[in-house]
Amino acid sequence: MSDRNDPDVALETGAQVPPDEPVIEKEPEPEEPSRWQQALREIATGNAIISVLAVLLALAVGAIMIAFTDERVQAASGYFFARPGDTFVAIWDSVAGAYSALFQGAVYNFRRPDFVSGIRPLTETLNFATPLIAAGLGVGLAFRVGMFNIGGRGQMLLAASAAGWVAFSFDLPFPVHMIVATIAGIVAGALWAGIAGLLKARTGAHEVIVTIMLNYVALYLVSWMLRTQGLLQAPGTNNPKTPPMKDTAIFFDLLGPQFNLHFGFILSIACVVLVWWILDRSSLGFQFRAVGLNPKAARVAGINVNRMYVYGMLISGALVGLAGVDQVLGTVTTGFSSGIDAGIGFDAITVALLGGSNPWGILAAGILFGAFKAGGFSMQAAEGVPIDIVLVVQSLIVLFIAAPPLVRAIFRLPQPGSKPKKRNRTARTEEVAAK
Amino acid sequence: MTAPSQHHATATPTEQALDSTTVLSWKAPISFAVITALLAVLFLTTRHSGDATFRLSAGNDLIQIPEVTLNGPVTTWTCIALLTAITVAAAALVRAKRRVPLWVVVIFAVIGLIAFLTWAAAGARTPVIPLPGLLAGALSLSVPLIFGALCGVISERVGVINIAIEGQLLAGAFTSAVVASVIGQQWLGPIVGLFAAAISGVLVAFVLAAFSIKYFVDQVIVGVVLNVLVIGLTSFLFSQVLAPNAALLNSPPRLQRIPIPILSEIPLIGPMFFRQTLIVYAMYVIIAAVYIGLFHTRWGLRLRSVGEHPTAADTVGINVARTRFWNVSLAGAIAGFGGAFFTLGAVGAFNKEMTAGAGFIALAAVIFGQWDPIRATLAALLFGFASNLQNTLSVIGSPVPSEFMLMLPYVVTILAVAGFVGKVRGPAAAGKPYIKA
Repeated sequence: MSDRNDPDVALETGAQVPPDEPVIEKEPEPEEPSRWQQALREIATGNAIISVLAVLLALAVGAIMIAFTDERVQAASGYFFARPGDTFVAIWDSVAGAYSALFQGAVYNFRRPDFVSGIRPLTETLNFATPLIAAGLGVGLAFRVGMFNIGGRGQMLLAASAAGWVAFSFDLPFPVHMIVATIAGIVAGALWAGIAGLLKARTGAHEVIVTIMLNYVALYLVSWMLRTQGLLQAPGTNNPKTPPMKDTAIFFDLLGPQFNLHFGFILSIACVVLVWWILDRSSLGFQFRAVGLNPKAARVAGINVNRMYVYGMLISGALVGLAGVDQVLGTVTTGFSSGIDAGIGFDAITVALLGGSNPWGILAAGILFGAFKAGGFSMQAAEGVPIDIVLVVQSLIVLFIAAPPLVRAIFRLPQPGSKPKKRNRTARTEEVAAK
Repeated sequence: MTAPSQHHATATPTEQALDSTTVLSWKAPISFAVITALLAVLFLTTRHSGDATFRLSAGNDLIQIPEVTLNGPVTTWTCIALLTAITVAAAALVRAKRRVPLWVVVIFAVIGLIAFLTWAAAGARTPVIPLPGLLAGALSLSVPLIFGALCGVISERVGVINIAIEGQLLAGAFTSAVVASVIGQQWLGPIVGLFAAAISGVLVAFVLAAFSIKYFVDQVIVGVVLNVLVIGLTSFLFSQVLAPNAALLNSPPRLQRIPIPILSEIPLIGPMFFRQTLIVYAMYVIIAAVYIGLFHTRWGLRLRSVGEHPTAADTVGINVARTRFWNVSLAGAIAGFGGAFFTLGAVGAFNKEMTAGAGFIALAAVIFGQWDPIRATLAALLFGFASNLQNTLSVIGSPVPSEFMLMLPYVVTILAVAGFVGKVRGPAAAGKPYIKA
């Protein structure tokens, strides 16, 4: 395997390889590439281009799947050799139709007469992004502490139940009720995740297993509460569903009643800043990152690793819990059932991976996935393309971004920090010899 | 929680200490005591005075065994006494610096179950527990879990954490349904479908192996993403292609049950183990093969060495990357094969996300079973039994809400991971990419 000594490897394993590393200055070369060539090379080897290309590749695979399963394409390909043009027209129609429906459902609907109704899809995108950002931050923060929180579903369910219970069973004035319900949900999510953190710290139980198991425990616990009178079930019914939330508790609309965008979006943005501050500016965040990079070294440096696991899980669960609160106080305010988490707990993992566990990256990834969700529904309605294609595209994006060498190989991009082939090879052998 | 109570008991500081170092673990007696106490509290707070009847043979069995009727209070308290005795015996064993053997745990579990079943049935509307149905159902719920767990054991033993078991099971279920439907026929379709299922599992494993071994991407990340990818692909193809053409593409012939002549007439265990489909018989062979292969062949030794200490394995000339790649693929074949049970072995037609988290339960079984094929199989059987126990109890109308019964296997797993298993570690190099210096 020749690429084992590549800087890519260092890049993926977390080591820093500055993109504009002055390789040339280290080993003086007779002919320096021109400034333009250098700039082009930096763009081609940077991380941004990989992300863009990964999205494009995933969309291309999605387009192939849409085209191959479209009935019009299949019909036209039946007489491909008689009139090949028909097949290509049909492929173009199906793919362009699907993706333009996706765009119009996610960003701006050109078929609407005025700007206010035309821009509505964009607000829907932000609306779908709201819980994804919150939960993505939770999963991402746990990643930075070196933990993997797959328990988003359970934490969201518990948080939604707690927030929902406060929201429908108490009578409080407007802002107080909303705040109390939100805090109740966040605390419930934090405590549920805290179980996993505590067990990891005290007994060494692997958090992946514990959080997966807690998902199921939470699901059955909430299902039981939903069908038990006096707990969560709406009085006088047999459906496993809660009564509607009281108006004093629900998140108010940000842009007026014709848009669904609610106060939760502001909370999610605030959380992005908060998590950025915790991770990058606070002493707690420094300890988090130290534990995440190397728990043994962190312990030697005097950091209480077990305590960091518990704190990390508590904060992670609180953020995921906020996503559950968004669902009950913002999205579905007419009473909820056990499907209230809507798969966000798992989507959050891909959001966090795509965002590179960095708060600002998670914000961008959350909005992108929110756009896919909003657009996916309109694509399903307008073109009959099942929304499951969105899952395929999302997972492919994450896979491609996780493996930059693959994307570079597909597009024949140069490796970062490398120069034309021949010299590159000599430089590499020197490096190995120096070791 | 119980602190990890493992410590090395070195006897005397002489040369004797060198050859008699034993590891003491108080986990088993402590767990036994906790479970016994919990059961006693349960039986004390909710008393059921009725009788419980255990039906031991189904109507069409050759050898009929009469039903057994047990008096509720007498049986439960006898069992509690027995459980206490086992707890004391286990404690004595540990004090005498000996390990608590696995069979003691099994006996403890069986007695505990009898006590619980008697108590639950005695308070039920119809106090009859049909044991043959309970056991046979438990086995069929366990089959995909066992395949998934064996897949997890192999790939983690070779050093690649496999979260994609769920995706491999789902891919197998999908492929086998489609292939068997297209081929049709009584036997040919399902059998070719089984092979296709194994191949689809291998394909998923190829992606996992390529990304984690060649590109050094975090194995857990690849696994999670692969699950989403397979769910997305199969759901998309199901809605877009399978659902409109269900007659052609999604109506596979189901595998027939093949009773084994004499064995299937053994009371109780005959119908459970020997009146099954081809997949289940293949499962017995695969369990034995994986166990013998892992611990008694050169292949298994190499596989485990790569998972424990890849640098050492590399030094003696084992190609780490190749060993990992092909064994992860083999594991994928096993999971894909098991996924066919969802369609060909059980309901027939494929449905969206029909594995419903079985891959994650299988993963729990791997860890509960301490990365050992036999123990992982037993753990998978336990999970299957607990789910089916809930079905049975809800049919006879038990006093426990069904959600709490459904919760049981997961709570037990958490307790097990925290208590029984605790800091016992899996393969040392699992999850770490091997980057050759």
